[in-house]
Amino acid sequence: MFSYCTDPSTLEGLSWLSCYLTTGKHVNLYISVIVVLTLLAITAPTALLFGFGAASAARSQFLPLRWFGKGYTSIVRGVPDIAFFLFFVIALDQAFEWMRHKVKCPDWDQPIRQGIDFVVCDAAKLPLSSSPQWVHETYGFFLAVLTFSIVFGAFAANVLYGAMQAVPRAQIETAEAYGMSNRQAFWRILVPQMWVYALPGLSNLWMVLIKATPLLFLLGVEDIVYWARELGGTKAAKFTAYPHPNWHVWYFAALLVFYLCFTKVSEVVLGRIMARLTKGQATAAGEAQRKAAA
Amino acid sequence: MSCVETIQAYAFRSIGFGERLLPKGEYTLCEHFTLIGSGMIWNIYFGFVALLTGFFFAVALAVGKNSANPAWRKPAEWFIFIFRGSPLFIQFFFAYACFLNLKGVSSFFDPFTSAWLGALIVLFCNTAAYSGEIFYGALLSVPKGDIEAADAYGMTGWKRFRRITFPTMMRLAWPAYTNEAIFLFHATTLVFFSGFPAWRQKGDALYYASYFADKTFNPFVPYPILAFYFILLTLVIILLFGFVNRQLNRHLPQERREKIRWRANLIR
Repeated sequence: MFSYCTDPSTLEGLSWLSCYLTTGKHVNLYISVIVVLTLLAITAPTALLFGFGAASAARSQFLPLRWFGKGYTSIVRGVPDIAFFLFFVIALDQAFEWMRHKVKCPDWDQPIRQGIDFVVCDAAKLPLSSSPQWVHETYGFFLAVLTFSIVFGAFAANVLYGAMQAVPRAQIETAEAYGMSNRQAFWRILVPQMWVYALPGLSNLWMVLIKATPLLFLLGVEDIVYWARELGGTKAAKFTAYPHPNWHVWYFAALLVFYLCFTKVSEVVLGRIMARLTKGQATAAGEAQRKAAA
Repeated sequence: MSCVETIQAYAFRSIGFGERLLPKGEYTLCEHFTLIGSGMIWNIYFGFVALLTGFFFAVALAVGKNSANPAWRKPAEWFIFIFRGSPLFIQFFFAYACFLNLKGVSSFFDPFTSAWLGALIVLFCNTAAYSGEIFYGALLSVPKGDIEAADAYGMTGWKRFRRITFPTMMRLAWPAYTNEAIFLFHATTLVFFSGFPAWRQKGDALYYASYFADKTFNPFVPYPILAFYFILLTLVIILLFGFVNRQLNRHLPQERREKIRWRANLIR
């Protein structure tokens, strides 16, 4: 990176450290931080969308749709989430390949599950075995995002369902008295009002989502945990210009600090948003705000 | 092998008894059930011991965080912030790396690098921090009148805490604490995926489930079995904690009792 880094063996102290921390592999580590942030940026809205869909399905008049909504939200309870992460990554991959297989190779006569192998025709492989490395990585990342969205969608559905129930019943009754249809009452009355009730749950969910991001590592994505393990270990370091003993402790300490800062910042920002939203609301918190100001 | 033989060979495989080699080739449903069930021993061990020991530390943390003296308050606040603010997964990695370094210093730290002690310490601190925050919240919502009544009877200090504050705090915190217990048992599945080695393939339920999924490339059998075991475990926890909850609330009129509400489980 810097001009004085050409011969690392002559370096000392801080200049050694500055060279060490800017090697190509460390840049990969910094890029993986961006990967984590991208995951959060994509997952949060997608999960919210899934959750909204499931929560409204759970309130539907149509029985099978209601079953689907309730089933989706309750299936994630009671089972450890990592089990879902490990399950969905393989299951989704196989489901996609199976669907492509059905479409692209209709005249395939062998069974797909042969003993312990899962065999689909070459054209149905995802990604195609001829595609470049970055396609494989992007596909892996995409699967991870989908998995996160499905699991966190169920949590969000739970929160949003509660929020919809929390909107005073009288509001809906008034809407009905004005002659609004169910659909109109839902979109014009219920949805705008539910966010105040949903925000505490959703901000809690955001914190949990941040803390779930290291699990990307289990899904086979080269994320910060992967690079911290890789760079902190002695094995990889031995063959570089910067040999060092086992520094896992320092790398994981850095990750801990990173996450602590991240959650702290989120806490402060979410606290501000909550304060803004409760202003003038007829809730206990809103009342407390009014008294404090007076 | 018949199913009975499989059970004999693998029921205690996760703690080192029975057949040394894991099953090979065609995996039967019976093998799935037995081995994943055997792994549950670890999950129950981690969850039970961490919960039991963490409880006392959590009460201490809650009282510390509520203390007027900053010498008590600050350490409790920081402890809770650090363990609640960072992912458990990273905590496991970090603790394992620390213990590995300490092992080089003294052989006293040898057992700390194995899961049964090292991971247990992390889970202990983690659950203590989360439950400490729950208990602290409950401590803040102990009715003012209760404390005033205790004062009027001339109770102070330890006696007031033991007879008035603590029972009410427990009663208020218990529904949330039940959820925390469920989360903790779910969190125990992270142990063998986070640096701590599964020595001689002695792992927990998720370790064996993912072993089967890796070998058969079929996630649709082992993970539902794991889910079955965990739902069973969750029901048992709810039953036990519900019993305690009834005991804690038995002096109250029916409609004022705290109900245990069933909330979504969230990763820490």
